[in-house]
Amino acid sequence: MDADSPENGKPTPVVRVEDLVKTYHMGSIDVHALRGVSFDIEKGEMVAIMGHSGSGKSTLLNLLGCLDAPTAGSYFLDGELVGDLSDDALAAIRNRKIGFVFQSFNLLARMSALEQVEMPLLYARDRQRRKRAEEALAVVGLDDRMHHKPSELSGGQQQRVAIARALVGNPSMVLADEPTGNLDTATANEIMELLALLNEERGITTLIVTHEADVAARTQRVIRMVDGAIAGDDRTAPAEHGT
Amino acid sequence: MSIADGVRLALRALAANKLRTSLTVLGMVIGVAAVIALMSLGAGAQASIEANIRGTGSNLLFISPGVQAQTGGRFVDVSATTPTLTFEDAEAIRDAAIPGIVDLAPTRNTNASLVAGGNAFSTQIIGVTPSYAEVRTFQPQAGRFISEDDLRRRARVIALGQTIATELFPGQNPIGATVRLNNQTFTVIAVMEESGQATFQSRDNQALVPLTTLQTRINPSRTLAGDDIVGEISVTLADEDEATIEAVTNEVSALLRLRHDVTEDDFTIRTQQDIIEALGEVTGTLTLFLGAIAGISLLVGGIGIMNIMLVSVTERTREIGIRKAIGARRRDILGQFLIEAVLVSLGGGIAGAVIGGLLATFMGGVSFGGRSLEGALTPEPVILALAVSVAIGLVFGIYPANRAARLRPIEALRYE
Ligand SMILES: Nc1ncnc2c1ncn2[C@@H]1O[C@H](COP(=O)(O)OP(=O)(O)OP(=O)(O)O)[C@@H](O)[C@H]1O
Ligand SMILES: [Mg+2]
Repeated sequence: MDADSPENGKPTPVVRVEDLVKTYHMGSIDVHALRGVSFDIEKGEMVAIMGHSGSGKSTLLNLLGCLDAPTAGSYFLDGELVGDLSDDALAAIRNRKIGFVFQSFNLLARMSALEQVEMPLLYARDRQRRKRAEEALAVVGLDDRMHHKPSELSGGQQQRVAIARALVGNPSMVLADEPTGNLDTATANEIMELLALLNEERGITTLIVTHEADVAARTQRVIRMVDGAIAGDDRTAPAEHGT
Repeated sequence: MSIADGVRLALRALAANKLRTSLTVLGMVIGVAAVIALMSLGAGAQASIEANIRGTGSNLLFISPGVQAQTGGRFVDVSATTPTLTFEDAEAIRDAAIPGIVDLAPTRNTNASLVAGGNAFSTQIIGVTPSYAEVRTFQPQAGRFISEDDLRRRARVIALGQTIATELFPGQNPIGATVRLNNQTFTVIAVMEESGQATFQSRDNQALVPLTTLQTRINPSRTLAGDDIVGEISVTLADEDEATIEAVTNEVSALLRLRHDVTEDDFTIRTQQDIIEALGEVTGTLTLFLGAIAGISLLVGGIGIMNIMLVSVTERTREIGIRKAIGARRRDILGQFLIEAVLVSLGGGIAGAVIGGLLATFMGGVSFGGRSLEGALTPEPVILALAVSVAIGLVFGIYPANRAARLRPIEALRYE
């Protein structure tokens, strides 16, 4: 488990992956999406994952988000081994510890912003979900759009709703797969601003998959992937990221 | 997710597809309404048959010739060719003054045509004694009933049921008029009261003549010994206690066995209750049969639900993926879709119960082939139909719901 953390006097990393492998079987062909990936992510870090298309970024993020199970290797989330857990146990982890932000927003068409944000709390059986959802929407600056449906919101606003939904359950980390991929540059900047602010002010551990260098520039750490393996892991000085 | 949240969610999903939901509900409405209407009609038929039999007199025992074995709800007369009950038997029972017997009335039936003026009426002619009116509680509305004197003289007199009277003598007073029966002239002495029962073998369609007249002038029938055969002896009992029925049955059986010089019964004694039960089995089977036919439409309704739920699960694959990504467990998704299915079937069930109930009540006033059908709306079919519709929702909803619950989040999210 986290036997080594007391020795070093370091806190337990939020994420520790060891030799993570993911192989997809397409008929007779094996696609090696991840070929043994290992790294730690400390609490409060903001990390960008970069790499060419098909290098395994989304695959990695899905494993970290407990949406999919690795072919081999181990994954510790908050020091706890996530492997061979039941569907329902994984659902509970996604509900309590992980917040997702998708490129395509993934909001439900029929629901108001408030209801979208309440949804994770619904599955957590939180009695104060309305109040907490309102607070989360206020944090992303949408307190005046709570009763709008996705079709009545701009792309940037929709992504803010998705961020509020990711935040509302106080997760251990937020995973964002190309969160600005569908947005224009100005809006993309706003969204990155928001994610950076949340990371800075609230200490929310954040992983962002991105193709854009200026998005990566806002983070303190960049993991570069090539062909299912880590090709570089650069930490920039914390002072550099400020706006 | 709580049940209340699940219901709210399901109602919204159903409301989002109003036309589709209504059509699916309609399938259930038709099925449930058909079940309730048909089962109510069946129960109504049963109730009116029972009322009919009860209406032919109270505390009655019926003695009939031959041994009647009861098979599958029907009386099969195994010795119909050797009728053994005679007018003298009836007299002997009366003379024996068996305790518990108040009165008795022997009868014999035949079919004949009645003609008056230009009108003819083919019907059942019953040969009766004066006691018939009391025993079978069937009194003349106008005129006088058949008397001891008529019986002795084998008088050619006839008492007509209401329907016959109006058919043969439309707009006229039939009393004192004549009708022709087997080329003989009979004088109408009475029009009987309306029997009020319409379900089967209405007494309004019967004509009564003195038993002796039937025996000598219309349709003679004697045993080898020369005794007058009767078709049935109705016995009025003092009360309907089991003990009375048993005592009288035993005494009468002993007497008849002695008179017929047999060790095995060659006659059958039944109570009104026996007849009601025998007929009840028939109508019960009929009711079940009707229910089963209606049940098929219920089944079709259930298949409709399953069909639409499968479509819905496919359409909402991405929604399921999103819900799973943010923490919905299998049972949350299962519950969500199952609640939708049950709401549809229960909604259909409630609406169907209301419509079926209205149909049953409405059909009670409508008559079929001169016989009006009573609908008896009893709570059982309603409770049954609602329980069955919930069950149908569960049975036909579980497969689609399970399919949704088992979707892998990563694949569901990727679904376009
Ligand atoms: N479900 C799957 N079945 C088979 N192969 C898959 C599946 N998902 C991903 N792959 C393959 O795994 C490899 C990594 O895919 P992944 O989606 O992780 O790439 P990515 O880095 O996110 O690319 P992009 O930048 O285009 O989103 C690719 O070669 C891809 O074809
Ligand atoms: Mg990707």
